[in-house]
Parts: sequence; structure tokens; C-alpha cells
Amino acid sequence: MLKFLIRRFAMIIVSALVLTFVVFALTNLQPNLEKLAKGQGSARMSDADVVSWLAGNGYDRPMLTRYGEWLGVLPGWTGQDSNGNPRGRCVDLATDKANAPRFCGVLQGEWGWSTRFKAPVAGIISDRLAATGKLMFWVMLVMVPSALILGVLAGMREGSRTDRALSTAAIASTSTPEYVMGVLLVALLASSQVGLSPLLKEWGLISTPVLFQGNARSAIEDATFWNFTLPVVTVALYGMGYIARMTRASMTEVMTQQYIRTARLKGVPFRQVVVKHALRNALIAPFTVIMLQFPWLLNGVVIVEVLFSYPGFGWTLVEAAGNNDIELLLACSVVAVVLVLVTQLISDLGYVWLNPRIRIS
Amino acid sequence: MEEIGWFAILGRMAVQFWPAWAGMALVFALSIRFKRRLGLYGKLFDSGIGMVGFALVLFWLLVAIFAPQIATHDPLAQLSGMKNAVPGTPTGQETGYPYYLLGGDSLARDVFSRMVMGARDVLKIAPAAALIAYAVGICLGLPAGYIGGWRDDLLSFLANLVLAFPVILLFFLLVTPEIRATGIPNIMAALLFAIPLLLIGLMIQTRFVTQPGKKWRWLGIMGVLGLWAYAGLVFDADPLGVWRMPPNLLNVFIAVVFVNAPTVFRIVRGITMDIRNRDYVAAAQTRGESGAYIMLWEILPNARGPLIVDFCLRIGYTTILLGTLGFFGLGVSPESPDWGSTINQGRRLLTAYPHAALAPALALMSLVLGLNLLADGLREESLRD
Repeated sequence: MLKFLIRRFAMIIVSALVLTFVVFALTNLQPNLEKLAKGQGSARMSDADVVSWLAGNGYDRPMLTRYGEWLGVLPGWTGQDSNGNPRGRCVDLATDKANAPRFCGVLQGEWGWSTRFKAPVAGIISDRLAATGKLMFWVMLVMVPSALILGVLAGMREGSRTDRALSTAAIASTSTPEYVMGVLLVALLASSQVGLSPLLKEWGLISTPVLFQGNARSAIEDATFWNFTLPVVTVALYGMGYIARMTRASMTEVMTQQYIRTARLKGVPFRQVVVKHALRNALIAPFTVIMLQFPWLLNGVVIVEVLFSYPGFGWTLVEAAGNNDIELLLACSVVAVVLVLVTQLISDLGYVWLNPRIRIS
Repeated sequence: MEEIGWFAILGRMAVQFWPAWAGMALVFALSIRFKRRLGLYGKLFDSGIGMVGFALVLFWLLVAIFAPQIATHDPLAQLSGMKNAVPGTPTGQETGYPYYLLGGDSLARDVFSRMVMGARDVLKIAPAAALIAYAVGICLGLPAGYIGGWRDDLLSFLANLVLAFPVILLFFLLVTPEIRATGIPNIMAALLFAIPLLLIGLMIQTRFVTQPGKKWRWLGIMGVLGLWAYAGLVFDADPLGVWRMPPNLLNVFIAVVFVNAPTVFRIVRGITMDIRNRDYVAAAQTRGESGAYIMLWEILPNARGPLIVDFCLRIGYTTILLGTLGFFGLGVSPESPDWGSTINQGRRLLTAYPHAALAPALALMSLVLGLNLLADGLREESLRD
């Protein structure tokens, strides 16, 4: 068991290293650096200005060296600005300019400086992750129970009318990506001119002009039913179909087992067979699926946060990528990769824990 | 002229779609008539869900083929006074179709025509990208599953690595004008497009290894055709100009293939590991067949069931990915009528004029729904026997 864990953690670290290097290499291509220089300086910089800006900010040295600096295994660059004051990777970040440390990379806990938001990366990432965590929490709270109930109801009696109706609904929900679902929901529920809101207003059922708000920016401080429903439902509906289908498949398999037949023949009521005998075993497979949904949810979260302008992790990722904000992007990819691999690990471990027939050697 | 109501709009749209209806009627009549002789495809017409899915996919396919006949206006033409026009507004022009059936967008272009022409963009790329992703996945997954060992470990590690990357971050890094300037998409295209050629070549080589005459004839034909397409698509050097792909489209294509291939690899690898212990594989090994022959002509044909089902799902997923790219405005030109970027442009005025975003959104949803239902029908029918 311990060997398994050590191997998996080593895998996570190697993957994170390789992926951050790929992100680093792609964001540090010459055209991308020129774009960054023009974004930070001015759009009308001449080629010579661009070169001197890159040199003045330490971007002119070999890429491997700078990756080492970002990691914290090589000393950060130093130089002087036009007034002769000392400058450098570590000097700019330090509060005490004279006694700046030599190494300042991820290993030292320095995540760098965001060129887009003009703030330290660590602070931005933790704030935005908290916002996304809030969104994810509500998504899970809506998505998981309803998907499990749908799947169990459909799988209880395979081939029945309920089964076919619920399965088709699940397929329909997996066919509706977040950007389509979001557009449909906003047009239906969050527009003061079309959809349901004008009708409800006319009947006096709602006092606000719209039923739900189509912009979730205010939900950062104060998430309410009014401003947070649409983003949560948009993400939840897309993932729900998949979990429901997995639950259904697992439930139909369990319902054909011998011990279920025995219980039925003993005269146990159907409801009790489902709740007491079938459910526990039927929920093992969906557990893995739910854990593996996290990375997938991450994509949904990016789209929804952009669509509803909710400044969370996904919105930050898009902003960083659009502006070639190298260090913020690197931090985002580290977070994303670790999230993906850790949820895979938890899903494997949980599977073993729930199903005593499997052993990790 | 007056604005027409929803009833008239739907009627006029139904009339406009007549080539699609005619094609569907023809295909359905022929397929149902001869369904007992058509194998798995024929069995599709025994399942209600499969038929609904097939009808939706066929509808969009025919719309894409006959798009110039169905579209009422030029998808790029802007008519004065039609900015954000509601559905059914008369154009007030002397010539051309008298109405904007689904209204105008924020640049006064016809939403209906853009939706119809957008089907062409989507159906041109999605199946082709899924196909190339399949060739790559099969070419790497078969040996990984059949041979195993360190090659399998390495390939699986690389596949997991790509899958651990958030798709959207990958798109933002891979699909930019700056990346195109470095030539990385062309290098990746050169590698990824070479794999299907290699696969076809190997298939011919192993099949006709005892009949050199036939082998060289087929290799020659495929070689000329393949290299012609390869030169045109990767290097834009087709002398006849049949195979061409604009640089931004090639970039999108490569990114989508790159994201899909690892998943296909994992599926093929899993199935291969299951099949390699069967008796017919052992029989072929005893006969002294080469590893490549066993993989391509014993294992692959027997893995086709799940692969065909997943292929349908993958086209749907690729459509969603293309929409995502359009939604973030990556890799497509601003005028492009593809559904993702039309949704993106329409969402800005969503609460006031939802029709510009709703039309492509519903189109995309119905196509993906059709593909998923089709896959579900195929799965059910292939499990039945």
C-alpha cells in the first residue's frame, strides 16, 4: 500500500514537472514574448524597443535557465533599471530590496508576479480558487444526489417506461454542452424581454424584473438563490447525465445478481430490496465516476465562469492565457494537473476501500 | 410587407429545407426496404432511439451538403435596417428572399443562413478530426495493448499526461496566431497526418504479403493518393489545389486531434488487452503470422463493435470541442458562420435579442443529441446478438 502511494505521488510530481515545462516552453516562444512586451509596454513599440524591454525584464536568457529560476533550483536573475537601482526576479518580489534572497521559485514558495493583474500570483490563485470552490461545492450538492436518484430509478427496472424516459433525458443532458445550456437558460429565465420572466412579472409572481440573474459577479461576496442558480445548474446538468447513466448501468447489473433474486423470492418488498440490498453495491462504480468528473467539471467551470462573468479560477485561467501571463498560467496549470491526478488517486483508493474484493499489491 | 408570425416562419423554414427532407425520405425508404441485407446499419432501423438519432444526423448532413440551396441569403451579407431584427422581419429589398426567417444578428446578417452554412463548417471538420484521432489511437493503442512492456508504460504515461491537461488551457496555448508563426502546428500536422498513411500502408503490406503483385499495385495507388493529400494538407503544396486547409483551420484541426487521440488510445489498448488472449489470436500466432498482421487483421476487426459506437460519440464530442473553440474565439475568423463563434457573438446581447445565439445553440445541441442517440442505438443493437 505504502509503495503504491509513493509511486503515485512520484508520478504526480513527474507529470506536474513535464506539464509545467510544456506550458513554460509554449508561453515563452518568441512571438508570445513579443506579445507580452507589447502588452506591458505599449502596442506601438518598435522591434528594438521590444528587444530592450525583454532584456531589461530578464526574458532574454535561455529558456531552461528561466525554468530553473521559476522552479527555484537556479538563482534568480539580477540587473539594473535605467536609474541604476538593482532589479531582478527576487529583488522585485522582496519587500527588503537590499537583502533579497538568491533563490525565489516554487520550491521556496514564491509563485511569482502576475503581469495581467499586477499582483502576486499566490494571492490571486488562492482567492480565485476559493470562489471556484464555492461554485463547485454547490454544483456537487445539486448534481450528485439528483444524478444518483435518476440513475437508481432508471436502473431499478431495466427496460421499463421510466427507464427509457430517464435514459433519454440523460443522453439529452450530456448532449448539451455548458455554453449551449447556459445560453438556453439565460434566454428562458434571465431575460426581462423574452422567456418566462416577463410572464411571471405580469402575473405578479416575482417582484424583480427577471427570475434569475444572468450575471454572477455579485455572487463572489454574497451568493444567493437569485444570482447563483443559473451557473450552478448549467454545470450540474451537463455532468449529471453522465453520472446518471453510469449509475443506471451499475444498478441494472446489480439487479440481475443472485442475491437480489434470493431476497425477492424470500418475499422482501421491492422497495426494501432496492434500498437495503442493491443500493450499496450499485453505488461503488458511480463513486469512481464522480471523482473522475472533477477534471471534467473544471472545463465546465471555465466556460460557465466566462459566460456568467464570475471571477473564479476558470475566468482567471482565460484571462491569463489571453494575455500570456506566464507565471499565472504556470500556477493555474500546476493547480489543474494536481487536481486531476489527486482525484484519480482518491478514486482508485476509494474504489478499493468500498470494494473489499480488490487489493492493491 | 408585414412581419410574419411563428407559424409562417416554421412553414417557410420547412419549405426551405426541402432538399434535406427529400434526401432523408430516399435514404430511409431504401434502408428500411433492404434492412435485412445491410448488417449492423440495417439493424439500426429496428431500434426507435437509433432511428431518431440517425434521422437527426442525416438531416444535418444533408443540410451541410445542400447548404447553398437551403440558405436564403449570403451568410456574410449585411442588409441595412436588419440589425438585431426579430425573426420573420421582411428585408424590404426588391430582390432575393423577402424575409429574415430567424432574424438578423448584431451585424445585420441573416441568422438562418448563417446557421445553415455553419453546419457545413462543423461537419467538414468534426468527422475528419475524429477519423484522424482514431488512426492515431489505433496505431499506438494496438501495439501498446498487444506487446505491452515498457513501450506500453511509456505510451500510457504520455496519454495520461495529455489527458491531465485541462482541455481549454491546451487550446489557449495551441490555437493562437503566435503559435502559427512558429510553425509548431505544421510540425504536429506532419506527424499526425503521417500516421494514417502508415496505418493504411501497413494494412496493405500485411494483407497481401504473399501476393507481391497485388501488394505493390495497392501500395502504389494508396501511396500516390496519400502523398497527394498529405502534401496539400500539411505543406499547402497541392499542385491541383484540391487538398487545401487554411492555416487557422489546420491549427484548430490539429488541436482537436491532439486532445482526442489519447482517449482513443486508451480504449483501443483496453480492448486489445482483452482480445489478445482469445483462441483465434493464438491460432494465428501458431500459424506464424507476423505481429502486425495479428494486430491489424485479427484483433482490429474483432474490436470494431465498441469502436464504431465510440466513434459516433467522439464525433459528437469533437463537435462540442469545436464549439468551445469558437466560443472562446480561438482559431476562427470573425466572419466564420460556425456555431461556436455565432453563439459567442450572440451571447453579448443575449437578454435583449436571444435569437442570434439560440439558433446555433439549438442546432449544435440537436446534432450532438443525434450522434449520441445513434451511438446508443448502435450499442443496443450490437449487444443484442
